[in-house]
Amino acid sequence: MMLTASHITLKYGERKAVADVSFSLQEGQWLMVIGPNGAGKSSLIAALSNTRPFQGKVTVRGQDIRILPPRPRAQAVGVLAQHQALHYAFTVEEVVRLGRYAHRNGWLAAHDPQGEAMVGQALQWTGMAELRERSVLTLSGGERQRVFLAQVLAQDPAILMLDEPAEALDLKYQKTLFELTDVWAAQPGKAVISVVHDLSVARRFGSHALLMRDGKCLAQGTKAEVLQPKHLNKAYGMDVGAWMRTLALPWAGYENGQNGNNQV
Amino acid sequence: MNKQASQEGLSPYAWLLMGVGVLVTALVCISVGSVTLPLGTTWKTLLEAILGRVPQEGVAAPILLSVRTPRVVAAGLTGAALSLCGAAMQGLLRNPLADGSTLGVSSGASLGAVLAMALGLQIPGLPNAGPMVMAILFAFLSLLLILFLAYAFDRSFSTHTIILVGVIFSMFAGSLISLVIAFSGEMLRTITFWSMGSLAGASYTQGLLLLIALAVFGGFLLVRGGELNAFAIGEENAHHIGINVRRVKLEALVCVSAMIGVGVSIGGTIGFVGLIVPHIVRLITGPNHRKLLPAATLAGAVFLMLSDLLARTALSPVELPIGVVTSLIGASTFVAVIFRRRKRRAA
Repeated sequence: MMLTASHITLKYGERKAVADVSFSLQEGQWLMVIGPNGAGKSSLIAALSNTRPFQGKVTVRGQDIRILPPRPRAQAVGVLAQHQALHYAFTVEEVVRLGRYAHRNGWLAAHDPQGEAMVGQALQWTGMAELRERSVLTLSGGERQRVFLAQVLAQDPAILMLDEPAEALDLKYQKTLFELTDVWAAQPGKAVISVVHDLSVARRFGSHALLMRDGKCLAQGTKAEVLQPKHLNKAYGMDVGAWMRTLALPWAGYENGQNGNNQV
Repeated sequence: MNKQASQEGLSPYAWLLMGVGVLVTALVCISVGSVTLPLGTTWKTLLEAILGRVPQEGVAAPILLSVRTPRVVAAGLTGAALSLCGAAMQGLLRNPLADGSTLGVSSGASLGAVLAMALGLQIPGLPNAGPMVMAILFAFLSLLLILFLAYAFDRSFSTHTIILVGVIFSMFAGSLISLVIAFSGEMLRTITFWSMGSLAGASYTQGLLLLIALAVFGGFLLVRGGELNAFAIGEENAHHIGINVRRVKLEALVCVSAMIGVGVSIGGTIGFVGLIVPHIVRLITGPNHRKLLPAATLAGAVFLMLSDLLARTALSPVELPIGVVTSLIGASTFVAVIFRRRKRRAA
């Protein structure tokens, strides 16, 4: 078992952002955490990565995340968080290289050829290799997101946690991100948890899903079990299927060289 | 050396250049004063003293060895410590306005020194050391109080809480200092002059104390460049990549406080060095603390030695408070650097 979360509750003051959520994650699985705004998806990631105090228990590869020392914890769990505000003009490469911190233990570990290869690879994957010398302050929101994605890829954790990773990305890098994550999750000893808003992405990628609303888990299991009208319509308070079809309709016929049906 | 290691720290060439810069500045500062001596004479006298030979007769040796050298050494070490603390705090708290005094420990240390002066406290066996010992003691007590309050307010030791507690404590200590000054009577002038900072009368013992503080606590900060980089990018990110955020923060705050406490006890409150020097150095080295911290340390030493030189020679025989000089030079240099940079970018 890669990760087990038992009765996770995370509070902001008296408000329970996450209320008694339990699930488990196995090797090779990609869990899509979905749900409306304020459902507690990001708070769940904060608890799972021990970023915020929570009640309940999270074990990663059998070890309690609370007592796992920081470096082994970061080798086990890597997080791509939302909204990275930056103040200083670090270069792209400097930020990405920090991802290797957990693997460099001690002063003599500066020579890390394998780590350097990972940094180079992560920069290539995310399309940031050519911008490696650029200051992060001069980058767009999407490019910054790719820098931190490269950082967490260089970190090479067993469990990758992505909190709305596609938020600022253009279509090309959304495609790259999800395809890359798909390959990542298929590697031995890896698993992924990602918070996504786009239910099409959740249907297309990932193996499992966890649907949340008001901090509680409404449904969990395989994608097919969770992404059903009865669960989704209840969680979002609308006819989800109808809306998704409405969005897809203008694209009908697009492949045949016509401009598609954009008059709905 | 592999590419990565050379990119992360200062190059040997930069180390050499800055080291020579510090030594030349020290030599010039020791030579120039009310009696200016040729650099060669200064060098020869210092070398003879270091080798343990009896210096030649004349006016040069006593001035150089008993007065100027300890003062220049103290100025260099204080400048190095203040600048290193400023650079570390600006990264740690991710706040370009932070410096060693942000935590409030320097105000606490000042309160101790001012109390000692107002009450005429003497330490048996250590003549004139009352203010210094009280400053160190109060710096330590202030640190304990500040950390206790920050922890009591917010168990996670958040950056905002630390800054808030630091500012509140500084104001509180400042008002107590004003109160002491109001009742200080004839000590008013001494206290006022001390509070503007001065390195006049610095001794080798004080230099040694500064050197120990810089070597132990400064050394600790210097090897934490990687961690401070992560803090400067974001505390949450630092947590995610595997840094023990609370421990590193606590250790860094203790180191900064110790150096500031010792610095204040010897030179009084010398403003602006810790704020401005790291900013100017960052424009050259970039924000990577593996380069910034050592460069800011050496630049701080040069900056304060030159400021002290100006303080004692500009209006000689009247000596200016060094805090006034650092603020004047620091502010104008910073504005000039920013303007030049803007102009170059526009071009």
